[in-house]
Amino acid sequence: MNVDRITEKLNILADAAKYDVSCASSGSKRKNENKGLGNASNGICHSYTEDGRCVSLLKILLTNHCIFDCAYCVSRKSNDIKRAAFTVQEVVDLTINFYRRNYIEGLFLSSGIFKDADYTMERLVRIAKKLRTEHNFNGYIHLKSIPGASDELMNEAGLYADRLSVNLEMPTEAGLKLLAPDKNQADMIKPMGYLKNAIIQHTEEKKLFKKAPIFAPAGQSTQVIIGATPENDSQVLQSANYFYKNFNLKRVYYSGYVPVLADKRLPALNTSVPMVRENRLYQADWLMRFYGFHVNEIVNTQQPHLDLDIDPKLGWAIRNMQTFPIDVNKADLQMILRVPGIGLLSAQKIVSARIFGKLNWDQLKKMGVSINRAKYFITCKSNEFERRDLTGNNIKQFILAASQSKYLKNAQTQLSLF
Amino acid sequence: MTTTLLYDGTFEGLLTAVFEVYEHKLGYVKLAKADKHTKAMFEQVINVITDEVRATRVLKGLKLKLSPMGVQRLYAAHLAEMDGEENILLGYIRYAFDAGQNIEEDYGNKFVMRVSEMVRMVRREKHRMEAFVRFQKLKDETFYATVEPDFNVLPLLIRHFKSRYADQRWIIYDMKRLYGVYYDLHDTQYITLDFATSNKPSEVMAAFCEEEVIYQHLWKSYFHSVNITSRKNTKLHVRHVPKRYWKHLTEKI
Repeated sequence: MNVDRITEKLNILADAAKYDVSCASSGSKRKNENKGLGNASNGICHSYTEDGRCVSLLKILLTNHCIFDCAYCVSRKSNDIKRAAFTVQEVVDLTINFYRRNYIEGLFLSSGIFKDADYTMERLVRIAKKLRTEHNFNGYIHLKSIPGASDELMNEAGLYADRLSVNLEMPTEAGLKLLAPDKNQADMIKPMGYLKNAIIQHTEEKKLFKKAPIFAPAGQSTQVIIGATPENDSQVLQSANYFYKNFNLKRVYYSGYVPVLADKRLPALNTSVPMVRENRLYQADWLMRFYGFHVNEIVNTQQPHLDLDIDPKLGWAIRNMQTFPIDVNKADLQMILRVPGIGLLSAQKIVSARIFGKLNWDQLKKMGVSINRAKYFITCKSNEFERRDLTGNNIKQFILAASQSKYLKNAQTQLSLF
Repeated sequence: MTTTLLYDGTFEGLLTAVFEVYEHKLGYVKLAKADKHTKAMFEQVINVITDEVRATRVLKGLKLKLSPMGVQRLYAAHLAEMDGEENILLGYIRYAFDAGQNIEEDYGNKFVMRVSEMVRMVRREKHRMEAFVRFQKLKDETFYATVEPDFNVLPLLIRHFKSRYADQRWIIYDMKRLYGVYYDLHDTQYITLDFATSNKPSEVMAAFCEEEVIYQHLWKSYFHSVNITSRKNTKLHVRHVPKRYWKHLTEKI
């Protein structure tokens, strides 16, 4: 093994793959059979990069040679960078040896498009197949579906991989046309549609026949780049919602655009990464998936952007003061979940615990409720509660004054009048 | 009058202490580990002698009062070995016995809430170990890792590593509590290693197989390549990977 050459390739191809934010390794139920190697069940983050992102999978490109010229991508054809390509065996060896040392949960393999879509997809599938059949590897495999690949290849990919994903890249078709003239959204959606139906079909078969093969058990995901084109949060979340609803996606990832290339269509190189906006989009995404919020409650034509100072749940609450206060000892779980400062776990704890006796502030605090925020919206077994008739804006000011947001660069202190 | 019960720190010892409480109809009790306790003047002390039969009886009773998950959670909380927290466990068990219904979800009760916090701490540590164990391949094809977990979570790790690495021999060694787990392709057993005979650095290096250095090097360079410098966030990084774990992490050494 030529260590220097492999190291160089790994550096180039890991560096090119790092802007793909997905690193999930959960959601699969693959078991270790016949004393093979590995299993995939609950995700484990084996390490974290210095920017605080999880390292769970060996995330690499097979090659960064690419025939496309997408403006936002470091591997675009016209960019003058070092190119490299792994052989099938090299990827297999790296995966197995990293896995055995407990560095990773599995492999996330993507690729620049060389020659054509099918040719590229076939290579990706071959690696997954080799890992599964020759090395009895049951760890997690995430393959990128190359837009335009044939249904036969997508089917084979689904049989070996745990998750497949196509990156939509831009929230709207117009944005995509602007920055990636070689790609079109229909090509991306086609494999997604095929996989959605195949996953449904295989799940049905699995119910009838225990021996039926598992097919992409961790489902599909996608990624959109935020801040490269002028779409507003409403457009981003509406399109995420569309794909959750129509393609049964497991996750939509929002990737704040990191300026890596000078191009007149893109934000300048010195613009900062929109990290706060990205964070607020994820919070909104969680509200849609776990808290029972409809996308129109979070953003709509009157509210096209998420408030960067406060989280979207608090934003919704102060726009809907007529629903509060609620009594945590009586309200339904659905309603408790909508209270700012109460998360999924504490909401469930409240509902279980109140059967034994009414809860007071002290108990709520111990359960993990953030009283600082929740106190404006709830009542409990106590004579103390918010008696002032506060407007949403007052509450926002009180909460902002009491909390030290990690995002506020300068502390905002209100000047006193006298 | 408060009675102090001294026990040996084991789960069986804890259960025997519960037996004593009911046997002697004790009201106010304080539980403490025998080796950590200094006797106060006029203190009434009972030395609990761990008794398997009595412990089993208490466990049987507990199983009637709690779900199987509840008993497991209690054991996990015990593994935290936090000083003074045995009184919380004792309080929890007494509350479970004295109540007419299953109290596992009564988070308004201070014992139930505290036990649920302790369980969360132990589980978090278990999960961290599943992530932070870094095996090194030895000449004889055994994969060896050392850890220093905050709590005694090795017993909780066996199932995960056994099902994941079924086709390789491995050792995970707890350097803080000086014992380890060894998997020999069929079963696991607890082991203790004698490091005194082989502490020369040259011998230690010779024990690793040649490709070990290469893969450690590759892993380190991978770790550096995936970092996005313009998003640097050291605070978040350290929150996820606290510094006390760094000395056992290949990529952070």
